[in-house]
This record gives sequence, structure tokens and C-alpha cells, in this order.
Amino acid sequence: MIKRVTFKHKWLPYALLAPQLLITLVFFIWPASQALYYSVLQQDAFGLRVDFVAFDNFAYLFSDPTYLESFEITIMFSVSVALMSLSFALILAVMADRVIKGATAYKTLLIWPYAVAPAIAGVLWYFLFNPAVGINAWILRAWFGYDWNHTLNGTDAMLLIVIAAAWKQISYNFLFFLAGLQAIPRSLIEAAAIDGASPLKRFWTIVFPLLSPTTFFLVVVNIVYAFFDTFGTIHATTRGGPYGATNTLVYKVFNDGFIGLDLGGSAAQSVVLMVIVITLTVVQFRYIERRVEY
Amino acid sequence: MAELQISAVEKVYPNGFKAIHGIDLEVADGEFIVLVGPSGCGKSTLLRMIAGLETVTGGTIRIGDRIVNELEPADRDIAMVFQNYALYPHMSVYQNMAYGLRNRGFPKDQIEQRVQKAAGILQLDGLLDRRPRQLSGGQRQRVAMGRAIVREPSAFLFDEPLSNLDAKLRVQMRVEIKQLQRRLGTTSVYVTHDQIEAMTMADRLVVMNAGVAEQIGTPIELYDRPSSVFVGGFIGSPAMNFLAGQVDTDGRHLLLGNGARLALPADGAPAEPNRLVTIGVRPEHLAPAEDGPLRFEVELVEHLGADTLLYGEASAATGGGNGDKGGLVTVRLSGHHALAMGTVLGLTAEPAQLHLFDAATGRRL
Repeated sequence: MIKRVTFKHKWLPYALLAPQLLITLVFFIWPASQALYYSVLQQDAFGLRVDFVAFDNFAYLFSDPTYLESFEITIMFSVSVALMSLSFALILAVMADRVIKGATAYKTLLIWPYAVAPAIAGVLWYFLFNPAVGINAWILRAWFGYDWNHTLNGTDAMLLIVIAAAWKQISYNFLFFLAGLQAIPRSLIEAAAIDGASPLKRFWTIVFPLLSPTTFFLVVVNIVYAFFDTFGTIHATTRGGPYGATNTLVYKVFNDGFIGLDLGGSAAQSVVLMVIVITLTVVQFRYIERRVEY
Repeated sequence: MAELQISAVEKVYPNGFKAIHGIDLEVADGEFIVLVGPSGCGKSTLLRMIAGLETVTGGTIRIGDRIVNELEPADRDIAMVFQNYALYPHMSVYQNMAYGLRNRGFPKDQIEQRVQKAAGILQLDGLLDRRPRQLSGGQRQRVAMGRAIVREPSAFLFDEPLSNLDAKLRVQMRVEIKQLQRRLGTTSVYVTHDQIEAMTMADRLVVMNAGVAEQIGTPIELYDRPSSVFVGGFIGSPAMNFLAGQVDTDGRHLLLGNGARLALPADGAPAEPNRLVTIGVRPEHLAPAEDGPLRFEVELVEHLGADTLLYGEASAATGGGNGDKGGLVTVRLSGHHALAMGTVLGLTAEPAQLHLFDAATGRRL
């Protein structure tokens, strides 16, 4: 039985809900409805004429090679960020789980990057990899003979934003993986050890499958992060360049709308993004949250 | 099949806590040994050291003819049943049982054959495709047993395997485990804090207290001749009664603190006159007697059907002594007895049924 609280005053529950509802309305529902509205309109660049064009903006989007390319870039980017941040986080969590002395210190230090703003994370790595003054760029050139230049080379630029975005997310994933690892009963690992499984085999046949609910959850969270929360990282470093090599969907919305002043097209892109995030959320709720229980 | 030999085994944790203070134990091939004691006595630690899940900081553990101190758990040829069963939740019953064999590279047909055989023995035939969470507590327990027996190890180690089951199932599984062990003839070490489980299952038991093996012996030996106050109080239910006293100057009687005088066996006291002792007497060895040396006032009666338990205060039957009330005493009478609270009985005890322990050390005299 869920205990229900009953209010004497009819207005009290509404008053308590009001701040949350207001925030949702002002910062989510209203902009979202504006995006929907603008997505079926077309404005000229000077804001003198507005025409109703129905789904023309969408039709144009999906026939535009730069948009489709941006789609590919985004998928590449999010998969790389998710893979990189998840695998590093898992390795760190497994190691932190074994540490006995000073465990809290390690954990605290590993969580810190999460507090860094995306734009700052971007700038940080931008400096580290700066072809002129960055130490990483210098190491790559001096030791590996690789001439790193993310301002000219699209692959380098992509790698830069993947590293910057993944680095920040490792902390978050680490926390969840560590909690997941600590929830696995010790006796299972011991039973597997008695059953003759080597440490590596124990990890892959016992620990990893038992972590899978956490992993599924994090995959979705990381993809959503890479899709939507990396605007700052990109804006502070590559600005979508060079030649659109890092022009992800979110960055393109900004670029086309606020730089290109194509409000209708930009709004249509936002609507597409909205559909994607809704789909991911549904997937998360329907399939993943239910699979959590063994 | 193998003997298990534990010599002078010690465990000191890195923080300096000494959990095991040098234990010697020889387990014969096929023997069922139970380690019993209150929580924190080191029984589980000792078992985990045998399994290889805890390092051995002193002494040697030998399984068969190998010293296993430095061997990995997998190489010790043992199987362990855990308190929470430790079944792999993402694997079916079949996979759970086959896991150990697969890791050891058994051929597929042999794995199949062994798992089927174990499933037959444990009545798990219809459940092989289920996941552990779809099983009842008793079935999970059987799967954990199955996982142990498919490997055909030289020794089984049980870590309180029945404590997660309800009382009825516990009795049933107790019998099943014992029968299975008899049938397979595998050397077993079983840890429990439940003295009934220990008494009923063990060929020999080891009563542990604070990292020391207080006494090792058959259940009856421990019951009849407990080597210390601790063992006397731990084995047997309801627990043994203890009364403070002193050997009388004549050496033939005991003088209780409450002034009562009990006769000692005719063949002489095991202690010199005037020695301070703790007297132990089991509830079933106290009998009502009109002219008994103890006066017992019934405070609580428990009717168990076959037995009646009386709880109350014992004091001296005749005047004299220091007039102390004595101590709380439990009396076990067989059959039904309609005794009201407040009834006063005389009690007596057979001299041969008295256990004498040193008052200071608690060791048997």
C-alpha cells in the first residue's frame, strides 16, 4: 500500500506543484511548441516575410547532403564518446573496487571531472592538443611523428571533441559502474573462483553480465549526453569545423538558426532532435528499466 | 576423496586482529566435521582458509597429500556451498552446475552426463532450464549442492548453508545433506552456529570460541563430557545449568553458594577440598525429590508435549549457608506435568551427572 497524503486545502497541492510546472512550461513546453510552430514556417533572412510551408522544411532537410552528413557525424561522435567513456570508466571502476587503502581519495579524485563545465573541458583539451603550444600535440609530433592539427584535419578535430566529451563523462559512468560492482555479492565471485574461473574469465562470465543493467542504462545516458549536451564542448573548440567535420546535429541547429538565420530549417532540425530524444527515453523506460531486475 | 589435515593454523588480519589462534584438526576420509560456535568465533574464517578464500598466516593446511596453503581455490579440489547459495543469477540451473566443469575443460558429453546425474540425485530434473530467481529456497539450496557435487571434489565445504531457510525446510535439508554426504562418502566440513544442526549432522564436531577450538569430539562425547563451561553451555538445549560452589572440606560433597550441599560421586572428587568450582548440570539431570538438597520455586512452565520445561530459582533446601537465593535453573521433565507457577519442589541430581569446572579458568576438572 502506498501511503497517500491528503491535503485539507484544495489549492495547496497546486501551489506546491506550481514552481516545477512553471519551469517546465517556460523552459520546455513553450520553447518546444515554438520550435514546432517555426518548423512549418519559412522566414526570409531579414524577418520581413513569414510563409506557411507545411513540411517543406523537413523535406528539404532530408534531401540536404550536409544534414545527412551531420547525422552520420553525430552517430559516429556519440558511439565513440559512449564507447570511450564507458570502457575507461569500467576499467577505473574495476580497479577502484579492488583498492582498500585510500579508496575514498581515489573515488573523490575520479569524480571531480564531472564538475567541470563542458565548455571548460573543451578548452582544456583544446590547449593540450594545440598544435603550437599543446603538450599532447608536441608529444605526438616528437615521439610518434604525427603532425596533429585539429584546426585543419577533420579526423583530429573529431578525436579532440570525442576525447574532451568522453573525459568529462567518465566520472559519471565510473560512479554508476562502481556502485554496480559493489552490488555484486562477493560470494558469487568466490564461487566462480572455486569453480576454476580465472580473474579475467570471472569478469567476463560473471561480473560483466551482472553489470549489464547498469551498462544498458549508461549507454542510453551517454548517447543522450553526446547528442545534446556537447554543444559547449564543440562551440569552445572546433565550432563544427574544419569543413563541417564536427558539425553535429545540435551544433548545426545553432549554426543554421543563429548564424545562418534559417529559423524554419533550424526549428525543423530541433523537432527531429526532439523525436530522437523522446525515442531514446521511451527505449530507456520500456526496455531497460524493466530489465534491471534479475 | 581425501583426508584433511589442519596443523597449528593461525589467522592474523593486517590490522593485527588475531582471528584464529592455532587450530589442529585431522579430518578422516569421508568424515563429516561440523565447526560450531557463536558468531565471530572464527569458524567461517577457518572454513574460508581451507577453501583458499582467506590467506593462511601460520601453520599448514593439507588436503590429501598436498599442502594447499599457497594454492588458488580452484586448485584445491574442493567445492563450497555458500550461505546465500551464490548461484549465478544470469545462468540457468544447468549452466550453474556446468560452469565449474566448463572452466576445467571437460568435454561436453561428460558435462551433460554429470549434470544430469546430479540433477537426478537432487530431484532437479524438471528445473534445469530455470533461472535461480524462479526457484524456491529449498530448490536453490539443492542447485548449490548440485554445483558442488558435479565436480566430484575431494572435500565439500559448507558455510551455514541452511540459515536462509525456514525452520521446517531446514530440518528436511539437514537430513538430505547428511544422506547425500553418506552416499557420496565425501569428506565434509560444515560451519553452523546452530548447535542442533551441529549435533545431528556431525560425525565429530569442533566447538570454537574466540578463535580457539575449545573441544573436538563426537556429539555424544561433547554432550557427556564437555571440556569447559563454554562447551557445556553451548551444546545441549535448553542450556546446561551452572552454579557457583566449592568442594567441601571432606572432599565428598559440594557446597553451593546458596548453601545447598550436593553429594559427589563415591569414587572421589576430581578436585581437592576447598577448591572453588563451577558446577554444571543439565536440565534433564535434575529430578524432583521430596528431600532433595535444592529447593526450587517454579517461575515459568513451558509445555513442549514430550517434555515440560520449568524455569525458576534454586536455593538451599535446609537453612544455613549464606542464605543466597542461588541461581536461575532450568529443569526438564519428560511427559506432561501440571505445575502451577509458584510451586515449590525439592530437586536432586545424580552425583555422576555433575560436571565440575574450575571456577577461574572454566576448564573441566
